[in-house]
Amino acid sequence: MSSQPRLVEVRKNVLKQNDLAARALREQFRAAGVLVVSLVSSPGSGKTTLLERTLTALRENHRVAALVGDLATNNDAIRLARSQAPVKQITTGTLCHLEAAMVQNALEGWDLNHLDFLFVENVGNLVCPSSYDLGENLRLVLMSVTEGEDKPLKYPTIFNTADVAVITKTDLASAAEFDWHSADSNMQAVRPGMRVLKLSAKTGEGMQEYLGFLTGRLDEVRAARAT
Amino acid sequence: MHELSIAMSIVELAQEEAKRRGGVQVTAVHLKLGALSGVVREALLSSYELAAEDTPLKGSRLVVEEVPVVVFCPSCRARRPLNSVQLFCCAECGTPTSEVVEGKELEVVALEIQE
Repeated sequence: MSSQPRLVEVRKNVLKQNDLAARALREQFRAAGVLVVSLVSSPGSGKTTLLERTLTALRENHRVAALVGDLATNNDAIRLARSQAPVKQITTGTLCHLEAAMVQNALEGWDLNHLDFLFVENVGNLVCPSSYDLGENLRLVLMSVTEGEDKPLKYPTIFNTADVAVITKTDLASAAEFDWHSADSNMQAVRPGMRVLKLSAKTGEGMQEYLGFLTGRLDEVRAARAT
Repeated sequence: MHELSIAMSIVELAQEEAKRRGGVQVTAVHLKLGALSGVVREALLSSYELAAEDTPLKGSRLVVEEVPVVVFCPSCRARRPLNSVQLFCCAECGTPTSEVVEGKELEVVALEIQE
């Protein structure tokens, strides 16, 4: 009975379930004409503050909403709710990243046709979120000036999966002796051609360019949908 | 650290495949793991043992084939290996490139089975 083991070919993507869910989400977002922007970064780089200011500013002329992933608390959801935009919390428990199915579940009951922007704040982590596609149009990776210029070299995988980098807390740059040149060259080394935005959500510096970039992308998504 | 949930997906996938083939015994799972998959080999190997406990795959091996990053160089118009994930450029001519052709794999490629 005990014959030699034999090798059979399988060829299956381990994250197939997530990729299928992400593809379904992407199609749903496209059909609704909503621009979906996800934010990834290490803990404390300013995702929630930036998002709060983003929601408040964009709400003036657009319909915005946000999903926020957090390990255990709903503190971020409470902070974001101050913007008056619809916000839903995704508590991940001990899971260190969001998966597409969690986004699908969180969106139940929301009519995407009534939205221009949907923001998805991932769990603060620069490693695990890189493996999971959430169906988003744009993935922003945030890095604050207090974290050091070599962040991209330490976490090349996440910078490589991102579309745009945002350097936050620029008001602290000189206090942190932040080396802009080295930060730029590190970003370009791991993701050549990546657009880098620089801002301070606190003082408002750089916010206009960032908001203009987002609304520009919304226009592109809408134009592509119209054709 | 998301290797445990990845390991559980691998075990699940292998179990389904074994069932589909008439309930064969799986002695090893062969996996392709890209350098840009965001998954760490060592953590995955120890998670696998844990994930296979209490399943028909208990005692099976996870055989990991690491896949280095290959990029497409727009200047050479060719696939080129990447010397370092900290510097995305053509290994021949130095042109920067973000076009990853290989290295994101997280794929079960084969099973060793005992009938």
